Amino acid sequence: MTRKTFVAALTATAMMAGAAGSAAADEWDTIRIGVEGAYPPFSQVDSGGALSGFDIEIANVLCDEIGAECTLVQQDWDGIIPALLARRYDAIVASMSITEERAKRVDFTDKYYQTPAKFAAPKDAEVEISREGLDGKTVGVQRATIHDNFISEEFGDTVDIRRYATQDEAYMDAVAGRVDLLLADSVTMAVGFLETEEGEGWEFVGPDFTDPQYFGEGVGIAVRPGEDALREKFNDAIAAILADGRYEEIQNKYFDFNVYGEPYGE
Amino acid sequence: MDFTIILDNLPLYVQGLWITIQLVFLALCAGLVLAVPTALLLTSKNPLVWGLPYAYVYFFRGTPLLVQLFLIYHGMGQFETIRESFIWPIFREAYWCALIAFSLNTGAYTAEILRGAINQTPWGEIEAAKACGMRKVTRYRRIILPSAFRRALPAYGNEVIFMLHGSAVASIVTLVDILGAGRIVNARYFAPWEAYVTSGLFYLCLTFAIVYFFKLWERRWSAHLRTR
Repeated sequence: MTRKTFVAALTATAMMAGAAGSAAADEWDTIRIGVEGAYPPFSQVDSGGALSGFDIEIANVLCDEIGAECTLVQQDWDGIIPALLARRYDAIVASMSITEERAKRVDFTDKYYQTPAKFAAPKDAEVEISREGLDGKTVGVQRATIHDNFISEEFGDTVDIRRYATQDEAYMDAVAGRVDLLLADSVTMAVGFLETEEGEGWEFVGPDFTDPQYFGEGVGIAVRPGEDALREKFNDAIAAILADGRYEEIQNKYFDFNVYGEPYGE
Repeated sequence: MDFTIILDNLPLYVQGLWITIQLVFLALCAGLVLAVPTALLLTSKNPLVWGLPYAYVYFFRGTPLLVQLFLIYHGMGQFETIRESFIWPIFREAYWCALIAFSLNTGAYTAEILRGAINQTPWGEIEAAKACGMRKVTRYRRIILPSAFRRALPAYGNEVIFMLHGSAVASIVTLVDILGAGRIVNARYFAPWEAYVTSGLFYLCLTFAIVYFFKLWERRWSAHLRTR
């Protein structure tokens, strides 16, 4: 193939792909969903390489409710919003908290769960969660999360912040003793770390953090700005699964408390 | 293109630049110190002498730098005996882990470059040295090594640039180097284009500085070979 015909073929392929994309955009009978896969118990990759977790199941049941065929696309957290904007997928179901900063780039649905943030430390550490108590300590967080924003704004001048690409890497360094404290979502830290064999020596310390200024109004599904039809479909679907017990069924598999943060439905 | 993002975060990038320069410079120094004896051992004909250095060079040239860094950073942290030993304060810090990995890596490549250069020493130079009555040590010190360094210089310049570019993997183990700054900016503003173009420009400037520096160095060291 000469270079010219190759370019022509590329252009044609790109145009066809573009056409297919826009056709799907009107009907939403197929939806591509971006997920993370390194944030147990919400999303994880099992030993066989398959995705599982609360986010994954919620995504699938929402698709059922909408009546769309869904493909899950795994994407690292750092690039999860840029990839949405670049149309690699149409929605993010990845435990993304609804914050002001993110809402400038994407549109959010209603929340589908809400849990507080908490610190964890080694059991014998006896740290006090205060400006003085944290002075000079090393704190591990996942980069560009609400937890990163909170610790950077409130304690950035006195603590040494280690930012990780995934929550799993932060746990690894906690076990290795490279960080004095972890700050993360309480549920994901409990299930993903403290209740596992690796996290034996660690426990929660300090209060629940829920300040909406940092921690937002819960976790929602992100779509590209202006995709109101898709956003409405997700909102209706969230309301529907909350009302008819499908949400409760899934959440009971993972948690022994109400992860929605308030009574289901009205 | 949103230039305010870049301007607002320039201090972060400059901090990253400083970390990158430190890591690369120190690793190159340590690597060079390691490479000279390794290269000399590699030119030996006795397998007992070249065996171990050969295995070292073979491993570090045969595996990606990222794998080496993971082995040192995550791998070492796995073992309780290491975590409780006196060397843990070093392996605890991402900075030292990166420095160790980079030094060993560039040491292996540099040793191989030097070994090649030593082997290519023109026989006439050695013969002349012998005719002047130099002993083996003197021969190496006065003739073989200086001549080899001169020949190795262009290849070594490339290695320095590779090391600079390879050092970007430091950002994966929490270090905020030039790329680490870019990753933070990307994550904070969801602006990968601005974030990584800026990182790229910093690397580009450093690369040009290195190329220029090596050009001067080569002119100086091979002045006697230049046509007048």
